[in-house]
Amino acid sequence: MTVSEIVSSRGNSRENLLQILHDIQDSSGDHSLHPAELEALSSLMAIPVADIVGTASFYTMFSFRPRGRHVIRLCESPPCWVMGEEDLRAALEARLGISMGQTTPDGQFTLETSSCLGTCGVAPVMSVDDEVYGNLTAEKVGQIIDRLAGQKAAGAPV
Amino acid sequence: MSMPRAYVLVAIDANTVTAGAREVKNRLSAELGRRGLGGEVQVVETGSFGPADAGVVAAVQPDGVVYGRLTPADIPRIVEEHFVKGRLCAQFILPGERPLPAPREGESRRVQLEGRIVLDNCGRIDPERIGEYIANEGYFALGKALTQMTPSQVIDEVKASGLRGRGGAGFPTGLKWSLCAPVKADVKYVICNADEGEPGTFKDRLIMEGDPHKVIEGMAICGYAIGAARGFIYIRGEYKLSVERLTQAIAAARQEGLLGKNLFGSGFDFDVEVRIGAGAYVCGEETALIESMEGKRGLPRLKPPFPAQAGFKGKPTTINNVETLANIPAIIRNGAAWFRRFGAAGTPGTKVYTVLGHVNRPGLIEVPTGVTLREIVTDYGGGMKRGRFHMAQLGGTAGDILGEEVLDVPLDYDSMQAVGHSLGSGAVLVMNETVNVRSFLHACIRFFLHESCGSCNPCRNGLRVLADITGRLKDGTAFVDDLECMEQVCRGLKVSAFCPLGQSAAAPVLSALRYFREELQEGVGTARRPPARSSGRLAAAPR
Repeated sequence: MTVSEIVSSRGNSRENLLQILHDIQDSSGDHSLHPAELEALSSLMAIPVADIVGTASFYTMFSFRPRGRHVIRLCESPPCWVMGEEDLRAALEARLGISMGQTTPDGQFTLETSSCLGTCGVAPVMSVDDEVYGNLTAEKVGQIIDRLAGQKAAGAPV
Repeated sequence: MSMPRAYVLVAIDANTVTAGAREVKNRLSAELGRRGLGGEVQVVETGSFGPADAGVVAAVQPDGVVYGRLTPADIPRIVEEHFVKGRLCAQFILPGERPLPAPREGESRRVQLEGRIVLDNCGRIDPERIGEYIANEGYFALGKALTQMTPSQVIDEVKASGLRGRGGAGFPTGLKWSLCAPVKADVKYVICNADEGEPGTFKDRLIMEGDPHKVIEGMAICGYAIGAARGFIYIRGEYKLSVERLTQAIAAARQEGLLGKNLFGSGFDFDVEVRIGAGAYVCGEETALIESMEGKRGLPRLKPPFPAQAGFKGKPTTINNVETLANIPAIIRNGAAWFRRFGAAGTPGTKVYTVLGHVNRPGLIEVPTGVTLREIVTDYGGGMKRGRFHMAQLGGTAGDILGEEVLDVPLDYDSMQAVGHSLGSGAVLVMNETVNVRSFLHACIRFFLHESCGSCNPCRNGLRVLADITGRLKDGTAFVDDLECMEQVCRGLKVSAFCPLGQSAAAPVLSALRYFREELQEGVGTARRPPARSSGRLAAAPR
């Protein structure tokens, strides 16, 4: 969907801004908000770009940097920390060869931390795109990455 | 089609979906069909049963069996044994789990309730079928309110029930409504706060996923009581399934004429919309939530004016937590006196908790207010998983860190307040001796540092200082006066932070100092605080 299609389907009043930003980011292809789209949005909604950027940057779910095909968000809230989040962080960084906040050079994975994902009953957890994985260990994390990386090789849909 | 002889209720919530519940359900339907049992055994999706780490969970009714840790590969065997041969598959039965009794005709509803008010339908009905909610007295309370009661009678009933807000602060719900009701305005709003961001708390998610219509019904009753025709449910962006379930439930309610114009022929109009957040803990604070709903940065507002006077778009607004609203239909249906039979006198009713950490059975429970932490750990949580009880954090990361001294204090607002603690949002994080309080405290402060909106100085800079100190404590290199300094910063935060987020960041630190001072002292080294870079004195102003 284009920005103007999104705005006309949601309505151009200010209260729809967050939903519209979600929609734009979801259809961006790289899980991020691009300057050109924000400028288009600015004129469609009559909100200054600075105001839109100021609003979007407040929320952790929006990104201005292009992200990888798969966005991995490791929950670093205390309940997950208690159940071994630090081991997972080390395992993820070692397996992908990047640190938190970075994207792999092949553009496949972005690694981020996240606040509570609300699935603490199966802590420690991480989300990959819209899926949440629980009861994780360093070993399981490796298997998940292998499987996702394998999808790329096989060209299977996400 | 003949009447089914059995129902398999597969719990579909974020935990079980993660474990592959949809695949199991599809395999089950396919396998039953293949064996010609499709008409006899019906597969139903339902909400959470409670246990959170038991993989895919399914109950068979009326047989009263709960199977857990199911994989698609197990299904042919279960179908063969249970449904073809009529034998239980012992190896898949979850020990200690009993499904809620299936509703039976003629049996008193009160008997069936078994002490559950909020979760009575979770794990029993298909949340995507409005008919199942209605068949379990759903929307009866809304009809009763609209046709037999005046708005002020509804408020009086809620007041008399003694219901207090279940989001954490415990403000009396009836009083909150009565502040908004008399305000004259052309439009008023009801907002359901489903921005459940407190780490360790996921009760609201499971209520919305397991019984979404209860929340909608509670909102409509609130709308009638305060004179609002529009409601919004603000759900965290991370809760995809909750958004789906509520959107679907709202559409179904509109279809049945339970939302929209002239409900129950009373002339009262009410409709609900879902709004989604985008990842900001502070938006759980009601005025920050309103800012966010208006499409802005989620910065808390200065109060007063309170939302009851000037809330969403400047109009009178009542904001209630999901669990609070989910209590409303039962109160209106059964009356305040019935509700007061549950729980502690000062905090009647039940409380939904999420029990997690080092316990054998982490998950969702609904218990009368006034049960003790010890009972929650041993009776509901199944005891300690490994080691012995060391500490628990009650009410999420903004909650107090409690030692074993508090294990036997009844968990209700008044009893907890009497010993200087709050009840919080409903998270019970249990930790054994492998967790070091110094490192844990650092993890808590790191969370707040990340979530602080940065608009007020005490929170923005105070948390920075606390993060440095707890970091040193964790490494065993804290300065000799760091504990005193930490305490001072927290007392400052409590009185001067702009919003409850900054204020509550002090809670884990001050409570840890109270119960675990010795353990914290172990992180203090021998170094003294280096002198500040400036002289610390302002130059005298020129005369």
